[in-house]
Amino acid sequence: MLNKRIYLILIISFVFAISFWIGFNVNLLPAEASINAPIYDELFKILFIIGLIIFIGMTIAVIYSLFKFRKRNDQIGDGIALEGNLSLEIVWTIIPSIIVLLIGLYSYNIYDRMGGMKELNHNHEMMSSNTEKIWAGISQTSDNEIAINNLSIEVSAMQFAFLFNYPKGNFISGELHVPVDQKVSMKMESKDVIHAFWVPEFRIKQDIIPGQPTILNFTPTKVGKYPIICAELCGPYHGGMRASIIVEEESDYNEWFNKNKKPEVNL
Amino acid sequence: MTISIDPQKTNNESLQPKGWLRYFSFSLDHKVIGIQYLVCGFLFYLIGGTLASAIRIELASPMSDFMPRDVYNQVLTLHGTIMIFLWIVPVVNGAFGNYLIPFYVGARDMAFPRLNAVAFWLIPPSGLMLVASYFVEGAAQAGWTAYPPLSITTPQSGQIIWILSVLLLGGSSIFGGINFIATIIKLRRPGLKLMQLPMYCWAMLGTSLLVVLSTPVLAGTLILLSFDIIANTGFFNPVLGGNVVVYQHLFWFYSHPAVYIMVLPAFGLVSEILPVHARKPLFGYTTMVFSIMGIVVLGLVVWAHHMFTSGTPPWMRLFFTIATAFIAVPTGIKFFNWVATLWGGKISINSAMLFSCGFIINFVFGGITGVALAQVPFDIHVHDTYFVVAHFHYIVYGGTVFIIFSSIYHWFPKVIGKMLNEKLGVLHFIITFIGFNLCFAPQHWLGLNGMPRRVAEYDPQFQFVNQISSLGALLMAISTIPFLINVFLSVKNGKDAGDNPWNALTPEWLTSSPPPVENWEGEAPLVEEPYGYGKEISERK
Repeated sequence: MLNKRIYLILIISFVFAISFWIGFNVNLLPAEASINAPIYDELFKILFIIGLIIFIGMTIAVIYSLFKFRKRNDQIGDGIALEGNLSLEIVWTIIPSIIVLLIGLYSYNIYDRMGGMKELNHNHEMMSSNTEKIWAGISQTSDNEIAINNLSIEVSAMQFAFLFNYPKGNFISGELHVPVDQKVSMKMESKDVIHAFWVPEFRIKQDIIPGQPTILNFTPTKVGKYPIICAELCGPYHGGMRASIIVEEESDYNEWFNKNKKPEVNL
Repeated sequence: MTISIDPQKTNNESLQPKGWLRYFSFSLDHKVIGIQYLVCGFLFYLIGGTLASAIRIELASPMSDFMPRDVYNQVLTLHGTIMIFLWIVPVVNGAFGNYLIPFYVGARDMAFPRLNAVAFWLIPPSGLMLVASYFVEGAAQAGWTAYPPLSITTPQSGQIIWILSVLLLGGSSIFGGINFIATIIKLRRPGLKLMQLPMYCWAMLGTSLLVVLSTPVLAGTLILLSFDIIANTGFFNPVLGGNVVVYQHLFWFYSHPAVYIMVLPAFGLVSEILPVHARKPLFGYTTMVFSIMGIVVLGLVVWAHHMFTSGTPPWMRLFFTIATAFIAVPTGIKFFNWVATLWGGKISINSAMLFSCGFIINFVFGGITGVALAQVPFDIHVHDTYFVVAHFHYIVYGGTVFIIFSSIYHWFPKVIGKMLNEKLGVLHFIITFIGFNLCFAPQHWLGLNGMPRRVAEYDPQFQFVNQISSLGALLMAISTIPFLINVFLSVKNGKDAGDNPWNALTPEWLTSSPPPVENWEGEAPLVEEPYGYGKEISERK
């Protein structure tokens, strides 16, 4: 009996050890290039470790029972007539409930840190102050509100391209240029079908919907060129609907901006 | 309760063809209808599998070079629609439900035999119509989700035929659901209590409730969508002031419960198979029943987790996260109970057992990624990527399809009276299990690293992993060969099975194999303990 218990403890610690080792050493995610990315990766790591513990544990339990309790050739008859065990049932109802609840609270916390829980109804103040973080969500805004922020960009998506309008500079670009470490606020609208704006290195995604603008805010943290990918089936060339986001130092960004800037036209 | 349809039905039987011809007739026998569902479903599985192979061939190279881009979108739409509506739903519900439920409740047929036959005969024409739409003006190409405005702007005939076909299949599903509820509640033989029913009855009761509650919503939605397409109405068309997100809410109000319509019956089937081959009672019968009903209730209030990037308000995201994650609790209970059923048994390691254990391992994996996907911040990154594709194939293929094969190995001796070949069965399992995991496990990585779903072309850095996935798909395609050989050989000259080769205690085994038209020669047996393994031995001693 004591021996059995020691084996059980050994196996459980082995499952935990290997899950933690894999969780900390195997990286399944692309580079981190926005404020959201490290927060996301923290959540991923936790979920990955918990998932591995459960998966490896269950797999060992199934394979062990197949070997240990397999019917030998000389055996006849049935297994033990065990129909249930109430305390076991209570244990494996309550423990998963607690795990699920903790994961829920933790991911709420993550979501809040990403800025997802901000109410978007009063977005006038929010759009004008640079300290907060609306992360992704839907909101009706007027052009006036967008214009307050210097780094507001209007994204229009169509079959099968993204266009980035810089209202301050009065020009449209096929490439999204943004300065590093500054919050970017985008108002997105589709001209035809539903598209989605996804930058895997930023861990953000938001559908771009016809007839209903959506807002997406993010802060890039690493200079570089990253793909913008349409993630919602939008027609035959959906797989080819891509653009690039170029994150650059502020001076480089300003140079690019001033080069493309057009004078206001007064009609 | 007496079964009043008996005399009339016997009358009809005499008018109907005998032998194999009856499988092509408007038969009212639940056993014939069950086999009709299974064989018809399997033929569509082969078509859907061919389409899947075409997708994997296209994705073996980063360029769109195997088929035209619009054809690719038609192929993925048909693959999804066929696999869901013509293979998994009809087989786990219609095929096994029709064959087994009357035995389990001790009845001679389903409550409404004619409705039953109508429900089946809606399937072949609507399936053929769906496949044939490719030859009209191209099949539907907006994905099986048919999100407007894409579904409104793509060629109309394909989309309209798709809607018509899904409506008919939904109708068939509702007829079946009503029939199962009526049969389980009203046709139980006298003396048989609800809490004595085999677990598959409970699974089918829960599933049928979901079918009856949610399928009409899909039907209504698709009718509105068809108005938008052919009559220029503006329910979902943004050009005319419609709202595209409303469609998504309505669609997923059915299509999330549809996942449970596909997996709950599989949960029921595995609960029948494991105790027989482990020679142990089903562990925790009562909690299993409550967890099915818990899944039914929760399954109806989680649909918006498919729309976390669509622009849903924060409170809604939070609610759907928690509701979705909590489904893991009743589902987890079932898995712990199945492992506990194996524990301490005398397990025969045969094809049925291997497929069931493969199901447990695959589904646990799919369930874990499911809990992760339920978390809004996690989902935002991987939504609409290959991560999701991998997740739901772990649920519907690694889960339900494994159980369909397990069930075929388990009940083949009952239906045909002959055994399937075990060596070919084990070979089938090994190739399927390796092929499946090789195909879908790498797709998690693809999704996390930036490959969206439903694309014909992708970033060349993903080529190697996609080729591994395609190799897995090839193995899955190959795995059907030993299965088909096995079935054909065993039907012709398989080993004679006797009436009850597994020494099972559930009522379908307490009659001859194959069973007579009226299911039992005499009165239906009263089985109060369908899982009484181990007990009888001690009584016999």
